[in-house]
Amino acid sequence: MDAVLHQVLAGLATGGIYASLALALVMIYQATHLVNFAQGEMAMFATYFAWSLINAGMPYWPAFLLTVVFAFFLGVVIERVIIRPVENSPVLAVVVVFIALLVILNSVTGWIFSYTIKTFPSPFPAEPIFGSYITSHQGGAIGVTLVVLLLLYLFFRFTPLGLAMRAAAQNPESARLVGIRVGWMLALGWGLAAAVGGVAGMMVAPIVFLDPNMMGGVLLYAFAAALVGGIDNPAGAVFGGFLVGVLENLLGAFVIGNELKLAVALVLIIGVLVVKPSGFFGKVLVTRV
Amino acid sequence: MAALLSVSGLRASYGPTRVLHGIDFAMDEGTITTLLGANGAGKTTTLRALCGMVKTQGEVRFAGERIDGKATEWIVRKSIAHVPDGRGTFVTLTTEENLRLGAYTRKDRPQVETDLERVYGYFPRLKERREQQAGTLSGGEQQMLAVSRALMLRPRLMLLDEPSFGLAPLIVQELFEILRTVNEKEKVSMLVVEQNAAMALELADHAYLIETGRVVLSGTAGEIKSNDAVRRSYLGY
Repeated sequence: MDAVLHQVLAGLATGGIYASLALALVMIYQATHLVNFAQGEMAMFATYFAWSLINAGMPYWPAFLLTVVFAFFLGVVIERVIIRPVENSPVLAVVVVFIALLVILNSVTGWIFSYTIKTFPSPFPAEPIFGSYITSHQGGAIGVTLVVLLLLYLFFRFTPLGLAMRAAAQNPESARLVGIRVGWMLALGWGLAAAVGGVAGMMVAPIVFLDPNMMGGVLLYAFAAALVGGIDNPAGAVFGGFLVGVLENLLGAFVIGNELKLAVALVLIIGVLVVKPSGFFGKVLVTRV
Repeated sequence: MAALLSVSGLRASYGPTRVLHGIDFAMDEGTITTLLGANGAGKTTTLRALCGMVKTQGEVRFAGERIDGKATEWIVRKSIAHVPDGRGTFVTLTTEENLRLGAYTRKDRPQVETDLERVYGYFPRLKERREQQAGTLSGGEQQMLAVSRALMLRPRLMLLDEPSFGLAPLIVQELFEILRTVNEKEKVSMLVVEQNAAMALELADHAYLIETGRVVLSGTAGEIKSNDAVRRSYLGY
């Protein structure tokens, strides 16, 4: 029983990270109906930025905050400079741009920082909490995730800018008619998504270690999470993230072994797409004719 | 007195197909003007052109200032509110969020709260449904919401695209009653596009008849109403 509880708690910790990244995917999906394959590499790049700051002697939390700001601007710039010109192109063209972005960010990072694996510090103390069920970093990661989710919720639900961003995503034409600068709302959305991804990157790096390919697996779990929850539902994506994290850990520990863990994500993705493409909480699109 | 809105030689195309072939009209502040015409005459395109939603040639002046070729978001800030074709509801947002978005460009927060109560006064049904997802409102309620959202801008000019479309006759009457009140009490000028010519001519001071992208007839509502050709083709008696 102890072992199960331990695996569930550890699952919640990584699940929170999947949830953050899944939320980033959903934020961009809602506005553009496209899945940003480069979301993970953007997060990875931001994490390297944090590593450079910390390596240069900056204390953890200022480096953390600065990285969030950096990731935000990285997202905005990528949207303005790279995504904007292909906005009205066919879906496949945009997907190719996303994949190019993934490869470019990955290679550029490898070129700047080399592919050797680096350790990334955790801001939380080394001794375990809750009677050794969970490391402090895992507990802290859950806490950070929850704070980020709460802040996002409050922003979208209660601020005029959050409302304008939801309106722009939902009905761009009407949004323009009430004076919302839809293009900038999209860029802001990319910025926020990248910032959330950056936090996820910094939380996962102490666990998986820092290297240019570290987000590959994480992004796959995040896809699974977003699909399980319903790709157009932010709350669903968060739920999916925690669910995938726990499921991955329990199955890995007791059923299929650690080697096949990543297969859990793929099975979930295929299973959801086959059985219930709208996910647990997604809207089924019905068009009246 | 210079016209509030004056349009001259307005041309617009969708791809290679020219839809407007040089529309000319003008309207004075405080008046209601209607654009009449059959399906495909270019009425909706004219309204969209005024808001910068389609590319145009020609000249559009609002209160003396050129607004043609400007971005929609910029034109809205000149106090021109558009009630679009199809109502333009933000379906996943609540009724009240839809209304607040109408006031997005305004900086006078306290007055926005007063205006919210004011439009709820016009349309008490919307107040009952303020927390409801706007997509679940009935067609008539969504049209009321579209008009209310436009009113939240405190517009100087309202562009209304077929406000009667798809509504029961009683609801149309109620809606037009309120439009008249808004025009008289708040001095909001209105440009109404309608297929329901009889209703529109009741409401309007002036009317322009558009056929295949050109203005073919203009005059006061009374003159247009008594024109034989209009009567036969558009009023049906």
